[in-house]
Amino acid sequence: MTNKHKTDWKAVAARITGVFVILAGILLAAALCTASEPPANSIPSIFEPRSMPADSIRHLSFFVLSITGLIFLVVFTLLTYVILKFRVKSGDREREPAQVYGSTQIELAWTVIPILIVVVLFLATARVIHAIQDAPKPAEAVEVTAIGHQFWWEFRYPGLGVVTANELHVPVSDPTHPTPTFFKLLSADTDHSFWIPQLAGKTDLIPNHPNGTWFDPHETGLFLGQCAQYCGTQHAKMLLRVYVDTPKDFNAWVRAQQQSANQDEKEAAGRHVFESTACLNCHAIGGTNGTGRFGPDLTHLMSRHTLAAGAAENTPENLRLWIDNPDAIKPGSLMPAMKLSDADLDALVRYLETLR
Amino acid sequence: MSSDVIAIQSADAARQSWTEVLHEWVTTVDHKRIGILYILYALVFLLIAGLEATIIRIQLMHPHNDFVSPQVFNRMFTMHGTTMIFFVAIPVLFGFANYLVPLMIGARDMAFPRLNAFSFWLTALGGFLLYFSFVGGSGLYGAGNAPDVGWWAYAPLTSRAFSAGHSSDYWTVALLVSGFGSIGTAINIIATVISMRCPGMALSRMPLFAWLNLIMAGMVILAISPLTAAQVMLSVDRYLGGHFFDTQAGGSATLWMHFFWIFGHPEVYVLVIPAFAFASEIIPVFSRKPIFGYPVMVGATACIGFLSLSVWAHHMFTIGMNSYANSFFAITTFAVGIPTGIKIFNWLGTMWGGRIQFKTPMLFCTGFLFQFLIAGLTGIMLGAAPFNWQLSGSYFVVAHFHYVIVGGILFALFAAFYYWYPKFTGRMLNETLGKLHFWLFLIGFHLTFDVMHIPGVLGMPRRIYTYEPGRGWDTMNFLVSIGAFVQGIATLVFVVNLIISYFKGAKAGNDPWDAWTLEWSVSSPPPTYNFASVPTVASRRPLWDLKHPEDPDSRYE
Repeated sequence: MTNKHKTDWKAVAARITGVFVILAGILLAAALCTASEPPANSIPSIFEPRSMPADSIRHLSFFVLSITGLIFLVVFTLLTYVILKFRVKSGDREREPAQVYGSTQIELAWTVIPILIVVVLFLATARVIHAIQDAPKPAEAVEVTAIGHQFWWEFRYPGLGVVTANELHVPVSDPTHPTPTFFKLLSADTDHSFWIPQLAGKTDLIPNHPNGTWFDPHETGLFLGQCAQYCGTQHAKMLLRVYVDTPKDFNAWVRAQQQSANQDEKEAAGRHVFESTACLNCHAIGGTNGTGRFGPDLTHLMSRHTLAAGAAENTPENLRLWIDNPDAIKPGSLMPAMKLSDADLDALVRYLETLR
Repeated sequence: MSSDVIAIQSADAARQSWTEVLHEWVTTVDHKRIGILYILYALVFLLIAGLEATIIRIQLMHPHNDFVSPQVFNRMFTMHGTTMIFFVAIPVLFGFANYLVPLMIGARDMAFPRLNAFSFWLTALGGFLLYFSFVGGSGLYGAGNAPDVGWWAYAPLTSRAFSAGHSSDYWTVALLVSGFGSIGTAINIIATVISMRCPGMALSRMPLFAWLNLIMAGMVILAISPLTAAQVMLSVDRYLGGHFFDTQAGGSATLWMHFFWIFGHPEVYVLVIPAFAFASEIIPVFSRKPIFGYPVMVGATACIGFLSLSVWAHHMFTIGMNSYANSFFAITTFAVGIPTGIKIFNWLGTMWGGRIQFKTPMLFCTGFLFQFLIAGLTGIMLGAAPFNWQLSGSYFVVAHFHYVIVGGILFALFAAFYYWYPKFTGRMLNETLGKLHFWLFLIGFHLTFDVMHIPGVLGMPRRIYTYEPGRGWDTMNFLVSIGAFVQGIATLVFVVNLIISYFKGAKAGNDPWDAWTLEWSVSSPPPTYNFASVPTVASRRPLWDLKHPEDPDSRYE
């Protein structure tokens, strides 16, 4: 942070410092992001894209940032100059300065230049809007229907017959043979917004108003996101995990998800608890009589790393707590406390643990 | 300008019992008293909404903090936003307009004094209704409390299915009632400016303050009306079986968004144009020069008013509009930057070659100029629709609009307080406390809102009551909260200054700043009916002409 102005006045110095915080901050943000290793993208920075269209958005944003940065520097320098140069000096207080009322030439100059800047900005923006929104869908695209619920994500792969929740798997895309993922975005209740900053900008899920988006990731790894449109009490814990897999891993995952649920007879007691209590009103497990769609599909519950839309790690202890007292993990979620006996609860958790 | 004659009248106002005083204030139709009522009312709500902001910031200091429950947090940000916009910003700006517009144009009152009082009390009732929801929001269902739907109250969160009880109803009715109040005052300002100007005050000689408030009032009528209509429709949905916004019965959630933002975006300019008005009066006086490019300033403001009616859907870039609509709203948004830039350059031109005195009002105006510049530039970033898909709904947007409202509007408003307080009360605000207030607030502001941009860029959405550790948001949020507390302390310094100076401040006299507009020609505070004899003006700066008979403005205009 260099301060080139010779400041005899701390006001200017302080303000320069204050305003430089933004620039420093953006640099810091960029630095923070470059520091993170690609596989563990724990910081979901918009400036560290790993996919189209986030790539081209970053490209545009750097263009916009440089133009606005230039405007900032020019006006900031002028303002600072005026403040330093035209401060009243002692002994000068009695005289009034020359009274100037305006100048048509100057007004014209600072009207025309901004108009030109606006035209340039608009052309650059419109190009990217068109490239992203009107991108054609290739035949090899993976199709996913994402449905926002209070407060979790439902993902259905209509072409593959896979249904899962909160943790999305997509294949990495090879530039020579792209396999982008195209989404249909729906909502079961209120407005939500689908946002994985490193993959794409956000698109809202609005009831009665189907939307779409897509991404075309060029790097494998786990990418984090979360609901970005206020949707009610637990908007904060409607987290989103996207695993970009190699084509081989993705196909293996799909095959595993296509299997029917594990029907281990040793855990018949737990399965009986599931089938004879209110669980099945909201949850589905393939091969049982539970077909509810109000809550996440549990057929392959154990293939997921988190519970309650990312609110807790998927461990037996957390699973037991989640069924027994959801408010301990996610107060205000729509999962009711099941009020099971300890024996039933243990049996149920043991059964759910087999659903790989 | 016979101010000495009039100063005598206000002397017999002393010996009154407090009930008489109260009765006078409640039944007053005097534009100055109504102005003061608006301002005091807004200050009370400023403290309440500031407290709500403090609760929000304490909760967000650490990841997984449990200072408040998610339910309480959601109520806090809803009430903070609703209160700050509808019951702080609008009333305080109306207060200044009410007090100053008649004085500046040489009128003895507003055009419709009783409508003026009626409008204030409607607004007051609106604020009361909103806060009564804490008590009455449970309704017969025992469900609900203060509204928790966000200050945009997006459908269908406000439908009966998702908002049981009466909390959303209090929100709706509060905005409906105060909306009528705002429209009443807007009509009044327009009528006053059009028909109550003193002899010689052609529109082209009117102080910019009056011009800008005229434009603001026009925009209030255009912007508040659709909001009011939407509130009626929402109530029909909730109680008469309508389906405007009820998505489960085929209604449209996006319809509400359009209604809300066709209000919401012009509303930003309804708030910022009066801030421009303050700056346009204060900067010339402390630079000792007339405003640079007066006609251009008027034209640019009218242009902003016009353009701002065509940008509302830039709040909705993520709802899935087609690429043509997104492009349209991107270019109109960029275009607003042109007249806004012109205004900043004209203030710069005003200061250029002046002898700038950095008293507290000018300090705040300088802060306003720098911060409004940055707010405008982040606005350009948000206008680039694809960039917006990343930034909207994140903390970047929260930082951006607080930069506009706090860094721009509130700084200009503080400048206005320091500048006109002597006129309102007859006493100067304490300069030392004023400088302390300025520096503390400046530091707190930049700590909070500069840093707040960063978590947004790192993917932190707004309106979350807590967040996961390890995403690069922790330190940023901690700093943001510290800055918020500094701003809170600075605001308390300001309130203390207001109170102490009222009793102990130096006597102001008629014209403490050696200013040029008509309000400084009468005593401080001005007498009832302002002017004993209606003044006649010959230029934009009547007091300059009076003080410099050898070189009056009227010779050049």
